[in-house]
Amino acid sequence: MLRPSGRVNIVGMPEAAAVPLDDPRPPRKLYRSSDGRWLGGVARGLAGHLGLPVIWVRLVFVGLFMADGLGALLYAAFWFFVPLGVGGVDSERAPAFTTETAPDGRRRLVARKPDRGQIVALLLMVVVAMVFVGNVNLGGGAKAYLWPTVLVGAGVALVWRQADNARRARWVEVGRRRRTLTLLRSAAGVLLVTAGVTGIFVLQGSAAHLGSVLQAALAVLVGTALLAGPYLVRMTQDLSEERLMRIRAQERAEVAAHVHDSVLHTLTLIQRNAENANEVRRLARAQERDLRAWLYKPEGTGKDEADEPATLAEAVRRNAAEVEDKHGVPLEVVVVGDCPLDEGLTAQMQAAREAMVNAAKYGGEGGAVQVYAEVEGKRVFVSVRDRGPGFDIDAIPADRMGVRESIIGRMERNGGTARLRAVPDGGTEVELEMERAEKTS
Amino acid sequence: MSDANGPTGQTAGVPAHTGPNEQSDTATGAGAATGSPAAGGPGAADGVEPSGAPGGRTVRVVLVDDHRMFRTGVQAEIGQTERTGVQVVGEAADVDQAVTVITAARPEVVLLDVHLPGGGGVEVLRRCAPLMGDAERPVRFLALSVSDAAEDVIGVIRGGARGYVTKTITGTDLVNSIFRVQEGDAVFSPRLAGFVLDAFASTDAPPVDEDLDRLTQREREVLRLIARGYAYKEIAKQLFISVKTVESHVSAVLRKLQLSNRHELTRWATARRLV
Repeated sequence: MLRPSGRVNIVGMPEAAAVPLDDPRPPRKLYRSSDGRWLGGVARGLAGHLGLPVIWVRLVFVGLFMADGLGALLYAAFWFFVPLGVGGVDSERAPAFTTETAPDGRRRLVARKPDRGQIVALLLMVVVAMVFVGNVNLGGGAKAYLWPTVLVGAGVALVWRQADNARRARWVEVGRRRRTLTLLRSAAGVLLVTAGVTGIFVLQGSAAHLGSVLQAALAVLVGTALLAGPYLVRMTQDLSEERLMRIRAQERAEVAAHVHDSVLHTLTLIQRNAENANEVRRLARAQERDLRAWLYKPEGTGKDEADEPATLAEAVRRNAAEVEDKHGVPLEVVVVGDCPLDEGLTAQMQAAREAMVNAAKYGGEGGAVQVYAEVEGKRVFVSVRDRGPGFDIDAIPADRMGVRESIIGRMERNGGTARLRAVPDGGTEVELEMERAEKTS
Repeated sequence: MSDANGPTGQTAGVPAHTGPNEQSDTATGAGAATGSPAAGGPGAADGVEPSGAPGGRTVRVVLVDDHRMFRTGVQAEIGQTERTGVQVVGEAADVDQAVTVITAARPEVVLLDVHLPGGGGVEVLRRCAPLMGDAERPVRFLALSVSDAAEDVIGVIRGGARGYVTKTITGTDLVNSIFRVQEGDAVFSPRLAGFVLDAFASTDAPPVDEDLDRLTQREREVLRLIARGYAYKEIAKQLFISVKTVESHVSAVLRKLQLSNRHELTRWATARRLV
């Protein structure tokens, strides 16, 4: 079943007052709501589009249904032509259960699960149909056709729902459904339709010819499949091909944008600062770091610099990067293992940063500063080592609080230890140790 | 941008007695003897020019990298044989070329880029495996990369490379690393040491092979110090062992890395361990 993918804008619908924004908003499209729907999400989508409560729209549909089934026809038309979308009414509110007032006046709990909603909706359809049949006086002959028609309607609804689910599964993680279930559903829908149609045949008294009619129908179906099948297959292939190309184009555009925004910019700066070796080095390092982060980090982890680092590795790298940028001395960072930051570790990170600053300031001329952090069980160890001239902590006047306060003092206040030592072959090493807080998870 | 660089062949004027079989027993080691630090370690650039080699020995090297600019740069930095003791005997820009050139030139050390058109450095290693195992004149590989991706680095080491350094390495350090690899030692940059520690992290999963799937306490200590930027000599001092012992520990780690079938190593996860 192919649904036309064009979006339908209902003409004459009043546009809701647009929120004044800097850029003009695109005209709102009518979508069927994909969440919190009972049947096809038509009422919800319409309500969202018109800014009305859902229940009104639903009631209107039910009311129209009483008018010789016009509601059902309208609903079906909407379902068929309006594309499935996200949103509808207040999609951000999604409690596990909500009370919905059913058209028959009873309030009932409706679970926000498509299956449950579907069953409820179907039951309601039946109830309303009963009421409808009771109320409306059909001709005696027509009454007999009612059940087959209901069967056909139910079957069609099932199949369409399945098609919707298949679409929705693409952009909503519905959880892994078993294929058998979907197949069963579709099969059930087809069965219902078949039963309904057969029922109509039987009622028409052409049951005697049923066999031959079925054969003829089957022949037509097979013929159609043979004729249209290749086209359909080709079309779906083309469509998926096109989607793939579009995704690729987007990826390319993203890469191009990034390269343009950051890399080209930096290259320009480097050319401008060509005579300033330190600045060139600093720019190149910063750009390299940025590009690496962008290339090698999995999506959505620390790509944006704005948020606070959540894990130790992140924090160590961030600190090293900032010190590097500020002091123009390269810091080589190696992190083994990782863990979430807690209060003690945050203090350790601050101390480590202080150590990095010292190393860059006083030991930077000896080459790169080596930063090593390791999480081993509950122990977190950080070492910062430079190859500068080294210094003697006892020789520092007591009023210079730098190392004593911000490194050693800070670590000890938070229950860790700090050790400064001169490396035999020149340079200084700061070792910071801290116990992690007990895991809360 | 693959330009068809065949083997540049023997440069004229190189003494004919530079066959590697000449100095099979004179490997006193420029690296070990002078205590030059592990490549990539800071401070290795202590201004000591590697004086070529003891006894005027030269190492024959092939460069494999798809960036001509980089090849030219490395050639300029290390290729002056009389100064560095390194002789570049061939260049290649992709996997097929590399295999051809290496087979034809039979260098002692190959500087191998991790990312190459045609299957990457790992593919070159796979196809040159018989040359690596050659008892007489083994070809040894040193991986160079700009990549920071753990699986790339661990991948080439498992593929048989004897070391890994980043392309930001100084010429002096690179020459030292080349000599080290030529002598059969392993070259671990701090970053590689970090990756290895991560790969062999203590997990609850029981090791398949007790000998190969676990690092000994000593090996772990050595790796830690490498990751902290210590040179071999400094590590030896720190742990009160000889430089030779440090080297044998590192070689043991390399062996484990290449032979371990441990699940974490074979299917290296990009996700960092959150303890």
